[in-house]
Amino acid sequence: MRAAAGALAALWFASAAWAAPDARRSGFDDMTPALQSMQRDDAQNPAMLGVADGAALWQQAPGANRPSCAACHGDASVAMRGVAARYPAFDAASKRPITLGQRINACRASHQHAAPFAPESDALLGLESFVALQSRGLPIAPPADARLQPYRVRGEQLFKRRMGQLDLSCAQCHDERAGQRLGGATIPQAHPTGYPIYRLEWQGLASLQRRLRSCIGGVRAEPYAFDAPELVELELYLTQRAAGMRVDAPAVRP
Amino acid sequence: MARALITCPKTAQRGEIIEIRTLIAHPMETGYRAGPDGAILPRNLIRHLSCRYFDGHDDVEVFSAELFPAVAANPFISFFTTATASGTLRFSWSGDNGFAQTERVTLTVT
Amino acid sequence: MNGPLDLRGWQRRRLLGATAGIAGAMWLRSAPAAQPDLAAAIAAFAAGAPVRAGRVVLDIAPLVENGNVVPVKVEVQSPMSEADHVKAIALFNERNPQRDVFVFHLSPRAGRATVAARIRLAGSQQLVAVAQMNDGSCWTHTVDVIVTLAACVEP
Repeated sequence: MRAAAGALAALWFASAAWAAPDARRSGFDDMTPALQSMQRDDAQNPAMLGVADGAALWQQAPGANRPSCAACHGDASVAMRGVAARYPAFDAASKRPITLGQRINACRASHQHAAPFAPESDALLGLESFVALQSRGLPIAPPADARLQPYRVRGEQLFKRRMGQLDLSCAQCHDERAGQRLGGATIPQAHPTGYPIYRLEWQGLASLQRRLRSCIGGVRAEPYAFDAPELVELELYLTQRAAGMRVDAPAVRP
Repeated sequence: MARALITCPKTAQRGEIIEIRTLIAHPMETGYRAGPDGAILPRNLIRHLSCRYFDGHDDVEVFSAELFPAVAANPFISFFTTATASGTLRFSWSGDNGFAQTERVTLTVT
Repeated sequence: MNGPLDLRGWQRRRLLGATAGIAGAMWLRSAPAAQPDLAAAIAAFAAGAPVRAGRVVLDIAPLVENGNVVPVKVEVQSPMSEADHVKAIALFNERNPQRDVFVFHLSPRAGRATVAARIRLAGSQQLVAVAQMNDGSCWTHTVDVIVTLAACVEP
């Protein structure tokens, strides 16, 4: 009798876990309907201006006898499909993980023999948003690469560590208090499903790194420099934490 | 040349009312905002948008807009017009510092 | 000794009552007519024609997450015929540095008097959409909007 009850209980728990809805919410779900339709409609989404810039850059050779992105990769909708969804990834050349933006700049240097784009430049954000668009609707798929593990662990430690004059960790707001309000704004769970985003506060496109730096500054800690290892590690942890959620890049966020 | 995106049907039936949506990259700097050094950033606005419909005979302005600093950056403007005959829709933005840009869209009316 | 502010009881009550009345009036939501700038802007646009509420719908979210980019739509009931059409649609605000937001010019060729744009709102305030008809008459819709701000202020 007890064995049967135990078996039934085990089955119930297993089915409950199996049927349990994903408690994770994208920042999209926290937005008002007006902003959600701004993002959904490509004719209205201001990030599509950046995508159009990126599409043009994709075809543009950086100089005589130097290939454009298209010359090597061909049609981006084929070649770049799923790429943004699996970054950051391990880079054999630099022997560490790199973000999509760093990958674009690495290609520019090594294959196109051109100067890298500056962080947050229109060109880099345009290309990133164009490439990210090719993964729209696909699940975030962090690579099952053991070489990434020590960096992910460090990213998680950074996420959970208190910092700054306000002595707050990312986790205290985005894990423990997500859904509650800070001022007039709902605290999101902070899943990077939509980057690069058109942030209304900045009236322009922005990368995840800019967002992380501004949050870190917001708790009055010294923000890490662009492309600092800490920002890459944080992004690695965040994408693992968001694994399986749908990419909705390029997104609109308040 | 600022990036502009115009969403408009490529074909329409005679007399059909079609929706046109325009988006153009522009900071729309209000002239009220201070930069990081505290100095006021100079006003830099798109002031005017005009849409002209040329159907081979008439060239008619079917819509125009006066814009002020309260229009958001990267202005989005949508309106309706009647598809009369096949032709070209010409969108002209103009503004401060000699900003002037024209985009053309072809409309086939059956 | 009685000082200059030393009032008899009834004088004190009258002064307190008057002060409360003024404070109360300031708290009341003022109609556009009581905001002189906004009323003047609408009157200038109407150029002396009668201004009445109705026929226009200003579609805007009552609660706005960020005042930098606020979607708005204005729809006017009109046959858009030669005899009866909307000539212009204007939007005015109460609290931005400047009252004007936009003026859109239409003709019967529009077919439909519906326009949309994205605007900036410097804080919670009242907005008034005004539709000017071919006969010069003006119709309005007034909406109160609450604007919240980004919580984390960057240094």
